[in-house]
Amino acid sequence: MSQNETTVQSRLLRGAHRTLTGLHPALESILAAIVGLLVGAILMSIYGFDPWKAYMGLVKGAFGGSYEIASSLARATPLILTALTFSICLRSGMFNIGAEGQMYMGGIASVLVTYFVLPTGLHQIAGLILAGLAGAAWGIVPAILKVTRGVSEVISTIMFNWIARWLALYLAIYVVVDPLRPEKTLSIPMTARFPVLVRGTDLSYAIFVSIAFAFVIYFLLWHTAIGYEVRAAGLNPTAARYGGIRNRRTMFLSFILGGVAAGLAGATIVMGLPPTYAIYGGGGLPQLLNMGFDGMAVAMVGRNHPIGILVAAVFFGGLNAGGRVMQFYGANPVPLEMVRVVMGAIVLVMSIPELIRLFPMVKKQAEGLIGWLRRATRRTEREESA
Amino acid sequence: MSFSDILSLLRISLHAMVPLALTAVGEIVGETAGLFNIGLEGILLLSAFGGALAAEFGGPGVGLLVGMGVGGVVSLVFAIINTYWKGTQMVTGIGINLFAMGFVAFGLIQLGAPGFHDVPRAVELVKWRTPMGLMSPMIVVALVLPFVIHWFLKRTRAGLMLKAAGEMPEAADVAGININRIRILAAVFGGLLAGLGGAYMSVAWLGVVTKQLSAGRGFISLACVVFSGLNPLLALLGAFIFGFFQALAEWVKSLPSKPIPGEFVSMLPYIITLLVVSGAIGRVRFPKALGVPYKRE
Repeated sequence: MSQNETTVQSRLLRGAHRTLTGLHPALESILAAIVGLLVGAILMSIYGFDPWKAYMGLVKGAFGGSYEIASSLARATPLILTALTFSICLRSGMFNIGAEGQMYMGGIASVLVTYFVLPTGLHQIAGLILAGLAGAAWGIVPAILKVTRGVSEVISTIMFNWIARWLALYLAIYVVVDPLRPEKTLSIPMTARFPVLVRGTDLSYAIFVSIAFAFVIYFLLWHTAIGYEVRAAGLNPTAARYGGIRNRRTMFLSFILGGVAAGLAGATIVMGLPPTYAIYGGGGLPQLLNMGFDGMAVAMVGRNHPIGILVAAVFFGGLNAGGRVMQFYGANPVPLEMVRVVMGAIVLVMSIPELIRLFPMVKKQAEGLIGWLRRATRRTEREESA
Repeated sequence: MSFSDILSLLRISLHAMVPLALTAVGEIVGETAGLFNIGLEGILLLSAFGGALAAEFGGPGVGLLVGMGVGGVVSLVFAIINTYWKGTQMVTGIGINLFAMGFVAFGLIQLGAPGFHDVPRAVELVKWRTPMGLMSPMIVVALVLPFVIHWFLKRTRAGLMLKAAGEMPEAADVAGININRIRILAAVFGGLLAGLGGAYMSVAWLGVVTKQLSAGRGFISLACVVFSGLNPLLALLGAFIFGFFQALAEWVKSLPSKPIPGEFVSMLPYIITLLVVSGAIGRVRFPKALGVPYKRE
């Protein structure tokens, strides 16, 4: 065996070893998704549905063609942003359950662009800024309450969700209402709409707002000093404090960033979702409802990492889009709500750290494989040096 | 506002207090042992649904019992994940809430009418005729239970063991207490009470199941727990305050003159919760090991 050949072999082995260990979190997410889908399947068969057919319908409806993929991506657009809200705050050590309310405020604020005239481009940016500000304003109050009065952010953000819901309903029904069609708000003017990306679908350019924001957050958290401070405060607040990190500042920053993300989520729904580009106050805000809560599931499966969130959001967007098809699929109409059952089960399973421990067989095999790779890498390296 | 108005307001407040008080007291037991369950909202919803179905099957008593059972089982899952499997309690709770939201909506669709399900009058728990009007007997349970739990936590050996498991699990472990088992028992007890509260809502009080039946009550009970600083008697007081404001909101909404838009009145209980919690906090101290899974060294 020549020297060159062993080097290549050892490099390959080391690469495989690293990829496998690096994929560990992703594998856990996939395992959780499988368990969640199984729970859904069991419930479906209890209720007398055929889970196999239902999931076939779901997959076809989610990724069966370009129309289906576009509609999955359209569902993923706001989920990316609300998931970022949850995970930015979790990275800094806090549970921000308030994406729902912050998103309502962002959505309502973006309707305000109907009141002024701007050229295309600027008009969209104005809407995004308004929505981001509204979301941040709604998100900063729990942070203030936590810093000044020690109120748990879990309780305050939940209360703010309910207040935001009623406030948004009031504003949608009485203030920014369309005088001709009182069941909806004013429609976003043409100049402020995000153009449709794939003709005939509801996927618009708004998805680039979500993706761009995810990359901004990734850069901010992993490649700047302030982002390092946020993550350090989340890992161990006491140690971070001794290290000279001002925990209050990181707390405020993460809540503001989270609020901006959730506000933008509202804007992407209102300004980027055909056909009406408006919120329906009469039906209880149907387009916005639960996007904030679903975002938490996305954040969890995406391992609270912006890039993971992008992948997880496409998965959950697919579940939502496919769920719509599933409920009309053949003689096996499973209600859309089953999707949320699956999400809940996935989050429940995701809360178990080192999930793989619970599956001794899988764990044994995986450990065996990784051990073999490690030994093989060492052996080839030894041969190399010899 | 006449005297009869005040009486009916008081009556509705007492009825609205019951689920909050039961859930909060159960959560106090769980938190004393060190488990923080934010899945209460989902437990209320699931047990209201399960209780209503069971009541139609076997009468109100069965409904309440099955509701308790549902709450107990969900809490058992929560507790096992967060003791033996060292889970993250917040995330488990969020999962329970999401699951409940989906499952109840799904179940309601399967029952026929999407969105809501009426519990027949015949299987609702009988209400007592009192000088104040029709009162549910569950009010008595909710009024007495906090005192019993208060005595249990302060005066009994088992209550002190719970406290030890929440304050300093290492020491309790050395003293021969099985931390995981005692935490599971405490959480399941809390789940039973929350389940009773949920079943009460559908079987004994509102007579209906909707997908938003719990309407944040699980979180309001958590706020009661925070407000009380793990004292069941204060939690009862908190539950009454929140119940009163819910009743007040309903009363203002029913006024023919509509002095305030209904949306703002509906916000009232949540705003009051925020105000009370931000006023009460500071003096409150929670168990040291709350929310931390116990690992033997």
